Amino acid sequence: MAVTAKPKLDAHRLRADFPVFEQLFHGKPLSYLDSASSAQKPRQVLDTMHEFYATSYANVHRGVYGLAERSTERFEAARETVRALVNAPSSREVIFTRSATEALNLVAYAWGLDNLGPGDLVVVTELEHHSNFVPWQYVAKRTGAAFRHIPIDDAGELQLDALDGLAAEGRVKVVANNLVSNSLGTINPVEELAAWAHEQGAIMVVDAAQAAPHRALDVQALGCDFLALSSHKLCGPTGAGALWGRRDLLEQMSPFNLGGEMIRSVALDRTSWNELPYKFEAGTPAIGEAVGFGAAIDYVTGIGLEAIEEHEHMLVAHALERLAEIPGLRAFGPPPERRAGIVSFDIEGIHPHDVAQVLDWEGVAVRAGHHCTQPLMTRLGVAATTRASFYLYTVPEEIDRLVEGLHRVKKVLG
Amino acid sequence: MSEFDQLYREVILDHYRNPRGHGELDRPDAEAEGQNPLCGDEVTIYVRLAPDGETIDEVKFSGRGCAISQAATSMLTELVTGRTATEVATLPKDELLEEIGIPLTPVRLKCALLGLGTLKVALHKAKGTPLPEEWAGMAGDLDLR
Ligand SMILES: Cc1ncc(COP(=O)(O)O)c(C=O)c1O
Repeated sequence: MAVTAKPKLDAHRLRADFPVFEQLFHGKPLSYLDSASSAQKPRQVLDTMHEFYATSYANVHRGVYGLAERSTERFEAARETVRALVNAPSSREVIFTRSATEALNLVAYAWGLDNLGPGDLVVVTELEHHSNFVPWQYVAKRTGAAFRHIPIDDAGELQLDALDGLAAEGRVKVVANNLVSNSLGTINPVEELAAWAHEQGAIMVVDAAQAAPHRALDVQALGCDFLALSSHKLCGPTGAGALWGRRDLLEQMSPFNLGGEMIRSVALDRTSWNELPYKFEAGTPAIGEAVGFGAAIDYVTGIGLEAIEEHEHMLVAHALERLAEIPGLRAFGPPPERRAGIVSFDIEGIHPHDVAQVLDWEGVAVRAGHHCTQPLMTRLGVAATTRASFYLYTVPEEIDRLVEGLHRVKKVLG
Repeated sequence: MSEFDQLYREVILDHYRNPRGHGELDRPDAEAEGQNPLCGDEVTIYVRLAPDGETIDEVKFSGRGCAISQAATSMLTELVTGRTATEVATLPKDELLEEIGIPLTPVRLKCALLGLGTLKVALHKAKGTPLPEEWAGMAGDLDLR
């Protein structure tokens, strides 16, 4: 079979799908370098949501009338789209949540509270986002389990030689890691961690909020037990996310939220739970947002996740090369081969807030702060960093404007 | 003057580059630590009172922060030295903001007020008076209830 090279992604053309780029900021075109925080929305997603609300919206599941059936079909079709994105065995294992954060809290509470206790170890990493860190720290404290982390080396990569020491400390029951670090862009060896977790009899919880928008994913190949996703980082609306979980684990777990929709029957003295996935979807879900999430996945997969990954690889290499020309700039994280489209950096003697403020006047939007990874910032020895992050609509010229802006930063504040 | 030139106007840059009152005090009469949860910046404020137990003799600060927070805290030390602790504990924030004299977005306002909020925590703690509701967010995990 002939291998046909996929056409490379044309970011200049794709930008036309994003109405946000039609405006000026401080009289300048927008260089949006904050996609790791949240992605911009293409017309295709906005139009689908508008069309859905205008023609097909009603509450889902219990309606007998045609409109409710249509709404339910669209909602369930979005679930199937999420399933296909992560190659889950069944869409019954796909639970719609409000966000990746809620998906991770669901696992920490519904699995953690019933399965953890003294003598057990919960293992996270030093570069975890707070949303896959704090819930585990909290649930460990509540249950008496020990809370440990896998350290990183100076390049921001996990030090897997720490694993043996952790295993010797107690029964490892949970390993939680983000597939891609939102602060450094590090692509973590989740398959290896999952294999190790299973040797220990632990579950492997993967935060894919930062990975799913940028690279092809397969929960079966990763070998994990749970995986959390977010819509808004993948060109979809806010208010929607998803959790994939292994069916046997989801079946054994108690519910997280309780109320309507998640029940089979309710009597004065007892309630039984609905089947999967509804057991974990109490209340009216974010229906239009789930449909928008589905449309966003269609948009992104239509472009091709391999093409997006390759495009961002080109951008990150370009960024690291150009940033090196700024005196006193220190870029954190691994080499381009092992990182996604994220660059966090520090400019000696200049606070990231001031960097971001000066850049704003150049029309360059970057994020300054701890990026919800304070333990990582502590490890790097900084309070905060400036972070530039890229997506399918990012063009190299935006990175060039960032670099010009940084020269201005040095002039004003250096 | 453009918005930009205003924000980093010369007096701000001067206070940022040569902060007044930067440093620590040994055995201060009042002291508190404040954090800005938005960026992880930290400041510690130290106050020395005159023998009357009321007049602020000296204020120092240490910690890390952006140009706006460093300059604002530097200006604050000049603004409050020589005034009474009671007066400063109830000082309206607008007095400091007028001194800073630049337009601030809500995020940067938090930077500008980190020092003042922390100073208020220090003074109320030292005097055993309750921190006004407006500043409650500054108390962090200091138990002031
Ligand atoms: C790695 C990572 N995990 C989790 C989250 C939280 O995702 P959400 O905004 O959907 O709760 C983020 C977003 O900042 C993230 O970057």
